[in-house]
Amino acid sequence: MRKIITLERIIRAGIINFIRNLSLGAAAMAIMTVTLTIILFSLVASAAFNHSITQLTDKLDVSVYLNDSVTQGQLNGFLAELRTQPNVKSATYYSKTQDLAQAEAQNAGNKTLLEGISETGNVIPAKIQIEPVDPNKIEEIKNFLDKPTSEALEDSQTPTSYSGDEKTAIDEIAHATDIIREAGVVAVIVFALISMLIIFNTIRMAIFNRRDEIGIMRLLGANPWFIRGPFVVESVLYGVISALISVLIIDTLFAGSANALQASSLGLLDIGYANYFFKSHFWLLLLLQLVLGILIGAVSSIVATRRYLKLKSSK
Amino acid sequence: MFIDIIDLMILLDRVTKTYNKSMGSALDRVSLHVEPKEFIIVVGQSGAGKTTLLRLLTREEKPTSGKIIVGGVDYDKLKDKDVPLLRRKIGVVFQDFKLLPNRTVYENIAFALEIVGMGKREIQHTIPKVLDIVNLKGKEKYMPLELSGGERQRVAIARAIVRQPKILIADEPTGNLDPKHAWDVIKVLEKINRFGTTVLLTTHNQDIVNRLKRRVVTLQHGRISSDRANAEYKL
Repeated sequence: MRKIITLERIIRAGIINFIRNLSLGAAAMAIMTVTLTIILFSLVASAAFNHSITQLTDKLDVSVYLNDSVTQGQLNGFLAELRTQPNVKSATYYSKTQDLAQAEAQNAGNKTLLEGISETGNVIPAKIQIEPVDPNKIEEIKNFLDKPTSEALEDSQTPTSYSGDEKTAIDEIAHATDIIREAGVVAVIVFALISMLIIFNTIRMAIFNRRDEIGIMRLLGANPWFIRGPFVVESVLYGVISALISVLIIDTLFAGSANALQASSLGLLDIGYANYFFKSHFWLLLLLQLVLGILIGAVSSIVATRRYLKLKSSK
Repeated sequence: MFIDIIDLMILLDRVTKTYNKSMGSALDRVSLHVEPKEFIIVVGQSGAGKTTLLRLLTREEKPTSGKIIVGGVDYDKLKDKDVPLLRRKIGVVFQDFKLLPNRTVYENIAFALEIVGMGKREIQHTIPKVLDIVNLKGKEKYMPLELSGGERQRVAIARAIVRQPKILIADEPTGNLDPKHAWDVIKVLEKINRFGTTVLLTTHNQDIVNRLKRRVVTLQHGRISSDRANAEYKL
């Protein structure tokens, strides 16, 4: 019972201090808001980038064209062997007829080409479409296909397609987003440190303002936590408020720009998806921001009070 | 001589406190026994070691050597984290009052009880009783600055005794007061002593010492130079 009363008093004292100290606390909250906003933006943007890259890499595959003399038995053996390769997710066979139908469908508007195809007979070879498990390790599949036993079955006229150019482009994009993400992490760390320092100073000033009161509390036999608690409560409040503001800012940013620009994407940053991601993970992100804000506030105030309160009771 | 330490309120056994070796000891092998319910006056010039003695009793300082036992608590065995608990058992009054300036009389006294986690009702019940003892009934809502020095010191005494300590340590409580107010404060201390609290008073005021006719311990250069019952002021 006493503990509950004491906890209640600590919290109430913290709230009163928070209100009295608002002008000083505003600086701490401003910098914490910036920090938390950067963290939240990085998270959502990173999810959007990942989404874009996944969509692109999903389209990466390998197409092997077979010569017309391949027998059904050879085909089955080759398919079976392909599927045992560790990096092969699936291998699908398309016969010459299926390929023709596909080509016709893809070029439905191009009459001359369609006429050319029908006139010369079906020159489109049968193919096996291979979907890799990891698009970054397409080399393994290439090595397998380049073996003489494999090459004997392949169409010498049509080279194997590796979506090679696309892959390089996607790699570059992925590399760029990695750099952006790393820069985001560095920015987050820098801003988190700055906000901790500012909270440090805020609490230091507050301790200085109340040094008489703190001295009297010590002489009257107050527990260290009775003295320290209100400062921690005050800083946790900074964290909570900053977290709420940061969520509000990001919400306005994505929802607002998605509406205003009428654009689904800005380059690789798919605003529509970012907005969707933010909305669908709203509560989780809010919780994360609150936890981070509370953590920054609590840790910095505990360290600050430890440094400046001189709570060692023998003193 | 056999002394049952359990019966003693304060026991100092050859206590030495040295802040800085080149400056000599602030207290030099001081031994002092104080019985429960005793009223003891410590006199001495500035720098004689009075303040050091009190700071050792409230455990603001640790002795360089020697033994201190107060109210059955052996300071050698006292852990740092238990110091707040010790301080709750000792009431302390200072020359400069040490009241919280932006809180009312009531809030200042309530503060001492909030620290120990007493509930609001109990606090409301307790405070009028101590205000009665220090003759400050009706002043609950005053701010410290609206009171005279003597009244402020009596608020400080009320705060010191509200938790019913076994010992009340008063460090020059009349130092800032005119003779009339000083005597009001001393009368309150005597009243508290009659209720059974051990009182340790330090003072410079010759008139007070002479009129009180109590045990007087004189400190000189960190040593006890005299310890007499029913004594008058003499340095």
